[in-house]
Amino acid sequence: MIALLSAVPGFRGPQTPLDPAGPQALHIEHTLFLIFWITSVVTVVVLTVLAFGVLRQHAKGEIPPPFEVDPQTERRATWIVGSAIGVTVILLFVMMISSFITSHRTAVLANSSALKINVYGHEWWWEIEYPNEEQPYRIVRTANEIHVPAGTIVDIHGTSRDVIHSFWAPNIHGKKDLLPGYWNDLTVEVDHPGTWRGQCAEFCGLQHAHMAFNIVAQSREDFNNWYNAQLKSASEPQTPQAIHGREVFLSHPCMMCHTIRGTTANSTVGPDLTHVASRSMIAAGTLVNNTGNLTGWIANAQSIKPGCRMPPNPMDANDLNDLVAYVESLR
Amino acid sequence: MTTSWKPGFVLLLIFSTGCKREHRVFDPGVAGATPANGTILNEVSAGQRPAQGAPLAYQQSAYTVAEGKRLYQAYNCVGCHAQGGGAIGPALMDAEWIYGSSLEQIHSTIVQGRPNGMPSFAGKIPDYQVWEIAAYVRSMSGLLPSDVAPSRSDHMPASVPEAAKEKEHPEQENQQPVEGPKP
Repeated sequence: MIALLSAVPGFRGPQTPLDPAGPQALHIEHTLFLIFWITSVVTVVVLTVLAFGVLRQHAKGEIPPPFEVDPQTERRATWIVGSAIGVTVILLFVMMISSFITSHRTAVLANSSALKINVYGHEWWWEIEYPNEEQPYRIVRTANEIHVPAGTIVDIHGTSRDVIHSFWAPNIHGKKDLLPGYWNDLTVEVDHPGTWRGQCAEFCGLQHAHMAFNIVAQSREDFNNWYNAQLKSASEPQTPQAIHGREVFLSHPCMMCHTIRGTTANSTVGPDLTHVASRSMIAAGTLVNNTGNLTGWIANAQSIKPGCRMPPNPMDANDLNDLVAYVESLR
Repeated sequence: MTTSWKPGFVLLLIFSTGCKREHRVFDPGVAGATPANGTILNEVSAGQRPAQGAPLAYQQSAYTVAEGKRLYQAYNCVGCHAQGGGAIGPALMDAEWIYGSSLEQIHSTIVQGRPNGMPSFAGKIPDYQVWEIAAYVRSMSGLLPSDVAPSRSDHMPASVPEAAKEKEHPEQENQQPVEGPKP
């Protein structure tokens, strides 16, 4: 039956709890299926008995006689109802215990050698930070794309910079609320390399629906390469177009909100753009990161995500093209 | 018969005044989104009313004033003016205005900068956002209607909400004379 269900389109994918990619999602899926099958069977049995009773009376085609108390029928009815209540209580306990076991198993992954990642919810994007208390110069900041080594326990430490958000990557784990002024922890593990999508699961305002992120699980070697690349400052622009693009960036409102390490742009209001071209999506999982989308996003983000924090940036076409060339050089 | 529609009409009028309060314009158009640097600097005395009329809608919408409050922190106005109490820069919650208390005057103060520390934000902030910040600055001394001024803070409140601020009455503002170009 489970094989049959998984054949249905929509049961496999990058954003579904029915395609677990980690041990906790697997536990959650087991409980989900246990409860699903118990409730399905109970529903079918109850409806069948009900239909049987209705149809039998209907087939007789006569008005039922006034109810008479017959001690033998009465005793039988008491037994049937009593055992049905007993089965119900047992099934409820089975589901409750299963739920307890799942909660316990999903909670005890915590490990002192786990990789730590800080996640900050913003309206309407995700700030990702790889903290390093011993070597603060090795802190990596990125946005909307979480890279993790596969098969390693990862401790996600989350809070919000404004309103309540909820971090939810259904293939990996359940939801975890991100509350302003309070840290919540979520320990996860991803079994195998791949990309999964997550989304904000707590209504947080106008663009709540366009607040997604990707979790990219890689081999340890690939992860280290990515991490070391992220540690570097932004690469120097090579072409005259990109050099002019950097001037445009630093002389327009861009630098009031964004950081590009290695330049004078150092604000933390918007996402860190030091390696923005290395990310697969822009605008918090809304658009694929390509030249057209990037140009449209810079020119008028309000036409794509109305109400988002990025103002429209009307500028000369040459300036815009050069700016995009520079942003695309930030690998 | 002739009087029956009047109460409804009056109610409609009352309600329609509330409409602008929640009016939201996400895309202000090219003119509004162009970085503000159009305020003309000439030999006028500092703080004098700029030529163009102020878009008053910015101080009639609770949304734009709340946006102004957010931008006031995002663009680090708090770095010098604190939450209106002033620190390196002058306080913004009192009745004292060196360069004028009108929306246009605050706008040009932000765009042009002022002597002794206030930097010019010309070319750095979209024009519509400067108007939003200017509207918020006015709300800090109770110069906006209390239904428009922010009534709560998104963060730990540092002071009473702007909606509850008592209205300050700026005195007759003496424009500071600026010396003309030396021969």
